[in-house]
Amino acid sequence: MNDIAQGTIDAFRLIFTLDPDLLEVVGLSLRVTVTAVLIASLIGLPLGAWLVINRFRFRRQTIAVLNALMGLPPVVVGLFVYMMLSRSGPFGVFGLLFTPTAMIIAQVIIITPLIASISHQTIRDLWAEYHDLLISLNTSRWQRITALLWDGRRALLTAMLAGFGRAIGEVGAIMIVGGNIDHSTRVLTTSIALETGKGNFAFAMGLGFVLITLAVTINLLMHSLSRTERASVW
Amino acid sequence: MNWKFPFATLFSLLLATMVQAAEIRLAVTTSFQNSGLSDVLLPQIKKDIGLDVQLIVVGTGQALKLGEAGDVDAILVHSRKAEEAFLKAGFGTHRREIMYNDFILIGPSSDPAQISEADTAVTALQKIAAAKAPFVSRGDDSGTHKKELSLWQAAGLDPATFGSWYRAAGAGMGATLNVASGMDAYVMADRASWLNFGNKGDLKLMFAGDPVLFNQYAFIPVNPQRHPHVKTALVAQLEDWLTGETAARLINGYKINGETLFTFNATKP
Repeated sequence: MNDIAQGTIDAFRLIFTLDPDLLEVVGLSLRVTVTAVLIASLIGLPLGAWLVINRFRFRRQTIAVLNALMGLPPVVVGLFVYMMLSRSGPFGVFGLLFTPTAMIIAQVIIITPLIASISHQTIRDLWAEYHDLLISLNTSRWQRITALLWDGRRALLTAMLAGFGRAIGEVGAIMIVGGNIDHSTRVLTTSIALETGKGNFAFAMGLGFVLITLAVTINLLMHSLSRTERASVW
Repeated sequence: MNWKFPFATLFSLLLATMVQAAEIRLAVTTSFQNSGLSDVLLPQIKKDIGLDVQLIVVGTGQALKLGEAGDVDAILVHSRKAEEAFLKAGFGTHRREIMYNDFILIGPSSDPAQISEADTAVTALQKIAAAKAPFVSRGDDSGTHKKELSLWQAAGLDPATFGSWYRAAGAGMGATLNVASGMDAYVMADRASWLNFGNKGDLKLMFAGDPVLFNQYAFIPVNPQRHPHVKTALVAQLEDWLTGETAARLINGYKINGETLFTFNATKP
């Protein structure tokens, strides 16, 4: 109980004194996660829509696999990316291991299935409504995908925010591929793991509160920017 | 030449040092960082030779693996046998001893196995096994774990045959101490990590001082013949610094609660 109280105090102290180390860690957390969400959305959103409007042989199986991949264990993704990027691995020559780029790659792999899967489910409902109209207008596949994505944009924001939530709170994969190097690849979650390892529970708790505050702030910001959850606009 | 020349020289020198603000990657054991020593040494290294040392904090087993794959430029670990095997396989150029600290046995203050009365580390472990008192092992192939296993072997016991009182945490030193603290169990730790640990609970230092618990840290540069991208020149600079006078002063002077943690013992070649 004492640690939780002390953690709250630490969190406030860190936020209001604008601790430079904390700002650096928060900045990297945001940089890595936002980049990963944008890349994963560029892949995942069109993929979700494409799966809705196309009928092909193993469609059900593909969708089932995509849904299952939402539960991809981050540690395994981390290990896989690690082995790919290691100097003794196939992409070793680029020297990307233990850099923020490696962390972004791992996060993109983790959240792309999540974003694709949620957007697929959202767009499927929309497609039931738009099907006759878009077919009768003799639209191309690409026009259908863009129309569905645009009209479903508010619901798709939820898919992106779910991806953001999973990525910002992720620790297993980025610990392995980033290495938790101070001033280089240390983010909020890996700092929390480090402080817990040192037995500094109150400080780790404080960083945890900072992380939650950050996630809530980003979500509120996105909602207010896209004007969702308001009267008269769904 | 005009009066601007000295300034221009100075400026270009400054620029040159800025460009040279290079970085290398060093795989170190958890104890090096959990003890807080890295926070003292790294800023001074940056100041003295302008080198950014990026620490990858892992167990000795993984540190050696990172060196083998060429993912780091040098390693700083403490497990002599594993280090010698690493050198023999040609993964490192040489082994340089830097400093030592010691391992200690920690347990609940009630001391159910009465190990504080033991004369040697081996008898202490035998007492724990005889009492079947809970014992948490690192279980992660780290230097500390290897040391613990060698002590059980010296005691004529095999951890594979132990009952449920012997728990392998499979985690770093800090996490293992957290487990022991939560279970009121015995645990072997390096003194530095213990003194710097914030969640001691009911645990106390129970046994220390046996020479067999001596824990030597050594610095091994990764072999550039295997991995040409390794920054050999910078690694050599770092090695010079770590074996030099400033390092000796900082390492010997690093104290927590008035206790010295590490003893510098690098020798000039």
